[in-house]
Amino acid sequence: MIVGKQSIQFEQAVHIINAAGVAGKKEAEGPLGNLFDKTYEDPYINGQTWEEGEANLQKDAAAIVMEKAKMTPEQIRYIFSGDLLNQLIATSFGLMDYNIPIFGLYGACSTMGEALSLGAMTVAGGYAEHVIAMASSHFGSAEKTFRFPLEYGNQRPFSATWTVTGSGAVILGKEKGIARITGITTGKIVDYGVKDSMNMGACMAPAAADAIYQNLMDFDVSPEAYDRIITGDLGYVGQTILIELLKDKGFDISKQHMDCGIEIFDSERQDTHAGGSGCGCSAVTFCSYILKQIEKKAWKKVLFLPTGALLSTISFNEGKSVPGVAHCVIVECE
Amino acid sequence: MTVKTKEEKYNAYVKQVTPTTNMWLNICKAFLVGGIICTLGQLITNWLKSGGLNQEDTAAWTSLALILLSVILTGLNLYPKIAKFGGAGSLVPITGFANSVVAAAIEFKKEGWVFGVGAKIFTIAGPVILYGIISSWFLGLIYWITQLF
Repeated sequence: MIVGKQSIQFEQAVHIINAAGVAGKKEAEGPLGNLFDKTYEDPYINGQTWEEGEANLQKDAAAIVMEKAKMTPEQIRYIFSGDLLNQLIATSFGLMDYNIPIFGLYGACSTMGEALSLGAMTVAGGYAEHVIAMASSHFGSAEKTFRFPLEYGNQRPFSATWTVTGSGAVILGKEKGIARITGITTGKIVDYGVKDSMNMGACMAPAAADAIYQNLMDFDVSPEAYDRIITGDLGYVGQTILIELLKDKGFDISKQHMDCGIEIFDSERQDTHAGGSGCGCSAVTFCSYILKQIEKKAWKKVLFLPTGALLSTISFNEGKSVPGVAHCVIVECE
Repeated sequence: MTVKTKEEKYNAYVKQVTPTTNMWLNICKAFLVGGIICTLGQLITNWLKSGGLNQEDTAAWTSLALILLSVILTGLNLYPKIAKFGGAGSLVPITGFANSVVAAAIEFKKEGWVFGVGAKIFTIAGPVILYGIISSWFLGLIYWITQLF
């Protein structure tokens, strides 16, 4: 059912049948370390290159989620997946062996929200029995794509985030599972003219604020309707801004707000500055932490919104600003 | 016009809530690290000179020794740690230049010897070389003009 301006409420909820999260060594040493299904000592994730490593993250996350749900690739109708690399090479090379029809997505770090939204719409519309929604990122491949070679000595500002090495995957379907998706709010591209790609929290906070505001408007609820409002990778700087921006619009979310980028690392001990980032950050935190909290009913209703900064090295070098986007997914307990 | 003021207001607000580094502390650290690298260079120079090498050869060998040291430290993943602490102190000396070349070589080796290492080795150092040569050409020109009179 179409709700408000940008939202959908599913008449019959789409169930998250199972979830899997895999992550690198630094994430394993972080506060969520013991929650992941698989972690890797090898920074190349058993590949020869960063890109192969990230492809392996996706391959393993998909394999584990199917194993946990006791399903075979033949039972999956579609995969919705994406990553941060040019032309989505981690997705293509990681998932091609499964021979499952696929939609490759690019939503920067908001990809998991996009994958969950489109996957849920596909299942709710009756166009698939089961789909996989997933996303990945890798510190090495992201640094290479967006910043400097890893061995190059430089200083990162306090507002910079640390790309998470990890991948999260869920299987969506109509039968009962560990949680259910009851609605979505699809975000718009929001640009407040920030040009600093090392302060992505500030670039994305307006988009997150816009998406949350629209969700509250469309469903006509207050922030208290949610046990948690969880952004993807705003980090400490973005969190401050988001809460302030929504206060200006008349909503106080300081009690409910949580950020995957803040949860996944111990910024003091692990030297990650503003927090974690990347598609893998929200995907793996969602699959390994948030869904577990919902499954054991510690949280009953959560607004999950991965946030993306829409830039490339080309747009950045050509002087463009860094717009943001965020996609809300309403997740409730069974 | 209203759009512009909104953007300006937001950017000013972002600047206000974004934590900044302590400039004076950074300058001290840069001074310390840069100083250590330069002192090391001076030690090598003195040692070579005491061995009877002339000024020109000493300068060349000192640079080579510092470059080698930086290359080894980069390969061992130690140079990024020094740079994280020392900032410009490790960036400005010749060791920083060597680090930027070797780091790119290590990273892009996977893309092959021609299109990887060959094409991308100077991605960071390239601008330094280009504008270094241009500025020395201009300085040379100025020097030449002053010599005419």
